Amino acid sequence: MNADIIDIAYLVAAILFIYGLKRLTSPATARGGNQLAAVGMLIAVAATLFLARILTPIEMLGGLVVGGAIGALLARRVEMTGMPELVAAFNGFGGIASALVAGAEVMRYLDPDPASTMALNQLGVGTSVTVALSVLIGVVTFSGSFVAFGKLSGKMSGNPISFPGMRFLTLLLAVGVIVGFVYLALGIDAFPTTVPPTLYALGGIALAALFLGVLLVIPIGGADMPVVVALLNSYSGLAAAATGFVLDNTALIVSGALVGASGLILTMIMCEGMNRSLLNVLLGGFGGDAEGDGAVPTSMEGLTVTATSAEDVAILLTYSEKVIVVPGYGMAVAQAQHQVRELGDLLLEQGIDVKYAVHPVAGRMPGHMNVLLAEANVSYDLLFEMDDINGEFDSTDVVLVVGANDVVNPAARNNPASPIYGMPILNVDHARNVIIFKRSMRPGYSGIENELFFADNTKMLFGDAKDSMTSLVSEVKEATS
Amino acid sequence: MLENVIVFVLAGFIGFEVITKVPQTLHTPLMSGSNAISGITMVGALVGAGMVGGTWGKWLGIAALIVATINVVGGFMVTDRMLQMFKKKPARKS
Repeated sequence: MNADIIDIAYLVAAILFIYGLKRLTSPATARGGNQLAAVGMLIAVAATLFLARILTPIEMLGGLVVGGAIGALLARRVEMTGMPELVAAFNGFGGIASALVAGAEVMRYLDPDPASTMALNQLGVGTSVTVALSVLIGVVTFSGSFVAFGKLSGKMSGNPISFPGMRFLTLLLAVGVIVGFVYLALGIDAFPTTVPPTLYALGGIALAALFLGVLLVIPIGGADMPVVVALLNSYSGLAAAATGFVLDNTALIVSGALVGASGLILTMIMCEGMNRSLLNVLLGGFGGDAEGDGAVPTSMEGLTVTATSAEDVAILLTYSEKVIVVPGYGMAVAQAQHQVRELGDLLLEQGIDVKYAVHPVAGRMPGHMNVLLAEANVSYDLLFEMDDINGEFDSTDVVLVVGANDVVNPAARNNPASPIYGMPILNVDHARNVIIFKRSMRPGYSGIENELFFADNTKMLFGDAKDSMTSLVSEVKEATS
Repeated sequence: MLENVIVFVLAGFIGFEVITKVPQTLHTPLMSGSNAISGITMVGALVGAGMVGGTWGKWLGIAALIVATINVVGGFMVTDRMLQMFKKKPARKS
């Protein structure tokens, strides 16, 4: 009877999750959707707490309070610019939680409570393999996410890291994992009640997974992080689903599948945004931190760049009818989003048409720029996706490129020799005037020269994006007062 | 087992259908929100930690419970914080 009520509660939770995600399809209903999903979670947890035969309530409540307090603190404290690393960390927590639950389940089989009627000490082949799967995915997600956390928070270099023999080591670990799986699948019946062989195999898989996760993420450059974060998001869902198979728990399987699908879709969108295959991204070695330390060329094939001043840009803007802002990772680094919004508002007050064009892989995670602009109070109906706005650049007077580089490089469209050839870009070069906010002439993360900077209709506004924006705002105020 | 595979595959399809319609603007909240949903493992942690006899299993379960709860509470709260910033401002005079 109780088991039925719990199952019904899980069904209700799953419905609320799906319905909540459905409401995320529009910014107007999204907040309510998230709250619905949270209610679903509350129902699932409450039903489990009150109805399942839980034997140690004190430790349990302690765990809930400690975890809840830490989670609430992290959620409240984080700055919006710190969101990529927080999401990475949460992915990691999700992964390790799934692996730990699977581990606890093995312990339950191997070391049963004499008082419990649940004393099963025969671990079936199916269960042992799903446990291993859950541990593998969970631990890879965990260690991978924390490397991603390190790269995103700047605690470690965003440049790709590799060392001789890395591929070989990865292969060796992968072979070790496969051996562990085969061992569990074949050998388990021979050791129905003996603990060590099973435990050693699982421990070995966990250890190999820990290193595999690290090796998976270190060769990937900072600018490819949107793919990694989305992929790890998918893994955290798959880990939960695998644990659902271990526990024979439908709620975990359904939720895990939803999250796995979500992360996979985002991963695919990010790869399309860069015109690269997932394999190509994962093999890594492409792109480091925002601005490299390489040569600092100011001319290309006899072309030179034209620098401009905030004053000139202000005058240009006040005589415009239509302005498009293209934000990039540089805006996030300089934290210039508030000044960008202030400028946008000033221009809107002048009756100038202002829009924001966001490339799918701008920033360090999917939707990064949108969150920063929303934080700065930019109305979401002014934010446009690449395909929706690309036709409008031809009729645009001024484009302000704030800290974006490769996503506006025309080489992607017209230079087959360029490493980014074929990547979909924002056609800012079609606009009448292009203003580039940039610290220096250093190339973008891919180290590729951007011919846009040398175009006749392009002018460079050198300096920190935040400082440049601040002076531009005051110049525009002056010009319009 | 097969039943579980069927549930997994169907749920995956529902996920694909629903989530392809999420606009780019909401991709970050989608990630943090779906991540909170994957914290459903805390249900597994509750069951696991509540029932295990051996000390080891129990502590694994409690560790799992703590991290999963961080994920759930933190994930939903931070998503809410983000989503409340997404506002549509009334059109300005032009």
